[in-house]
Amino acid sequence: MNNVTATVPTVYEQMVSRGVSRRDFLKFCAWMGAYLGLENQASAQIAKAIETKRRIPVVWLHFQECTCCSESFLRSSHPIVADILLDKISLDYTETLQAAAGHQAEEILQDVITKHKGEYLMLVEGSIPLGADGCYCVVGGKSAIDTVKEVAAGAKAIVAWGNCACSGCVQGANPNPTRATPVSAIIKDKPVVNVQGCPPIAEVMAGVLVHLLTFDRIPQLDSLGRPNAFYSKRVHDTCYRRASYDAGLFVETFDDENAKKGYCLYKVGCRGPSTYNSCGTIRWNNGTSYPIQSGHPCIGCSEANFWDNGPFYQRIPNFPGFGIESTADKIGLTIGGVTAAAALTHAVLTNVRKRDEIGEGPGENAEKAEATKQGGES
Amino acid sequence: MELSHDYQRVYVWEQPVRWFHWINAASVVALGVTGWLIAHPPAFMTAQEASFGYWFGTVRFVHFLFGYIFAANFAFRVYWSLVGNKFANWRNFFPMTAAQIRQIWAVLKVDVFQSSNKAVHTLGHNSMAYFTYAGTGFLTVFQIVSGFALYAPTSESWFPQLFTWIVPLCGGEFTLRIFHYAILWAFVIFTTIHVYLTFYHDYVEGHGVISSIVGGWKFMEKHQAEAEQATGISAFPELKEKTPAAQPTTTAKAKTKPHPAG
Repeated sequence: MNNVTATVPTVYEQMVSRGVSRRDFLKFCAWMGAYLGLENQASAQIAKAIETKRRIPVVWLHFQECTCCSESFLRSSHPIVADILLDKISLDYTETLQAAAGHQAEEILQDVITKHKGEYLMLVEGSIPLGADGCYCVVGGKSAIDTVKEVAAGAKAIVAWGNCACSGCVQGANPNPTRATPVSAIIKDKPVVNVQGCPPIAEVMAGVLVHLLTFDRIPQLDSLGRPNAFYSKRVHDTCYRRASYDAGLFVETFDDENAKKGYCLYKVGCRGPSTYNSCGTIRWNNGTSYPIQSGHPCIGCSEANFWDNGPFYQRIPNFPGFGIESTADKIGLTIGGVTAAAALTHAVLTNVRKRDEIGEGPGENAEKAEATKQGGES
Repeated sequence: MELSHDYQRVYVWEQPVRWFHWINAASVVALGVTGWLIAHPPAFMTAQEASFGYWFGTVRFVHFLFGYIFAANFAFRVYWSLVGNKFANWRNFFPMTAAQIRQIWAVLKVDVFQSSNKAVHTLGHNSMAYFTYAGTGFLTVFQIVSGFALYAPTSESWFPQLFTWIVPLCGGEFTLRIFHYAILWAFVIFTTIHVYLTFYHDYVEGHGVISSIVGGWKFMEKHQAEAEQATGISAFPELKEKTPAAQPTTTAKAKTKPHPAG
C-alpha cells in the first residue's frame, strides 16, 4: 500500500503542475483558513497539509438528486477548488463527470473500495430511496441502498452533500412516495458530515474538504450533523437587513414601497430566523449576493423538511396535520370561537338548570343545599 | 336552620400560591401579547431609518424577560407543590385514586353537562380542575423548553443552551416555532374557560372562589366542609394525618374560624 501511495504526487505538486503559483496557493490556504473560522497560523497548517499529503481517493456517489450540488461546487469562485480538489486530487468515481461508463466505471468503484479500504472519502449527493426494495434508484444494476452500505463500510469519512443527502429534500417531502432517506439515517456506525443547503455554498463544500485533508478528521458538527464552522449562525443574525427587523420595518407585499427600500422580509415568509447557513457572510457567486439581498425571502433550504414548512411566502405556515390552508391562527380562532360560544350557552343554561341552587337569599340557598344533601345521601 | 348558616372560613390558597397565580397570569398575558406581535408584527409605514428604531427588538426583549419570569415562577410552584399545604400538593394534579376519577365524572355531569344537580363541594380545586392544571403545567413546560431552545441562538448565556436538545426532536427550529406559537392559542382558550368557570362557580356555589385567589380564604357551610374532608379528594390519607385542616385552629397553615351566620 505504501508503495502505491508513494508514487502518487502530493496535492501541492499537482497544483504546481497545473500552473498554480506559490502566491496563489498561499492565498488559497489563507482563504480556506478564514472560511473555516481558524486562527491566522492555521493557514500555514493547511499549506503544510496540502504540500505533504498524498492524493486522497474520492468516491462521489449520485442518487436521487438534481446535481445542483456538483454544479454549485464547480462554480466555486476560486479555480483551485474545482480544478484541483475535484478534478485532480481525487475523483475516482462520480457518475456525472467520469469518462468511464458501464462495467468499466463500476469496476473502478470496486477497485477503489477494495484497494483503498479505510482511506477513501465517500461523498454522497442525493437521497436513498428505501421504498419498493430500493427500486426507485438503481445504478449499474445495484440499488442505492446497497451501494451506500457497501461503500460506507470502508470509507475514511462520509460527507452528505446538500439537502437530499442530509434530509431528503423535495423527494423526501410529505408523502415521500419513494421513502427517500438521508445518508445519516442509513449509516449509523460512522459520523456523517451533513453539508446542508439546496445546493450548499461552493466555498462551504471546499472548506469541508480542506478540513478533512488538513486535519485528517471530521470537522466539529452541530446536533444535526452540520459543520459548526459554516452552520452555527442563523441567516437572520448575519443578515444585512437585520436592522430593519429590530426596528420593525417590514416588507408587506413584494410590490410595496418597503420592498423597494429593502426592509426585512420576515412578514413575507423569510425563514432566516430559523435557518442556519453562511449565506449572509460568504454569500454566493464569489460573494456577489444571496437570496435576501436580491429581495427574495430565505426559504430555509439548509433545514430539514423545508418543503413541508410551506407556503414559502407566509410567515405562519400551514399547521401540520390539519390539511392545506389551515394555519395555527385559523384553528385557534375556530376553537376559541367555539369555546366562547360554549361558555355563553353554558352560562344561560346554568341559570335555567341551577335555578334552585343559585337561589335569591343565602338562607334559601343553604336550605336547598341542605335538603339536597339529606335527600341525596348515599 | 342554625346549622345550615354555619359558614366555615378555610384558608385554602397560601400566599405563595396566590403570588404564583398572579405572576403567572401577568406573564401569560405579557407573553401572549408580545408573542402575538412577534408572529404578526403590525405594519408601521415610516420613513425613519432602521438604525433609529427598535420597537420590534423591544417587543422581543419583553417576551424573553417574561419568559424568564414565567419559568422561574413555574419552577417555584413545582417546589411549593412539595412543601405547601395539601391543597397545593402535587398529588392532587394527577388522578391516581378512584375517588379522584369518580369526582372528575361527577364534575363533568354536574357542572359541564348539567345532567345532574347534585353539587360537588370541594375546598381546593375539584379533581377535574386539578387535572386540567396538570395539562396546562405540561404546556407550560413545553413552552419554557421550546421558548428557551428558540432563544438559545441569540443568547450567550448557558441557561438557554440547556434546552436545545428539543430542536432535533421536533424536526428543526421552524417546526418548533410553529408549535411554540400554536400553544399560545391553547393558553388563550384555557384562559377563556378558566375565567368563565371561576365566575360560574362563584355564582352557583357561593364559596368565594374569586376572592380566594386574592385573600386565600374560601367559605363553605360547615357540613359541606366536613363532607369534603370525608371524601378526601384533596386530602390524601398520609397528608391528612399531618395537617388535619378540617379541624379549626390546629395548624397555622389551616387557619379556620367560624363565620358569623349569614
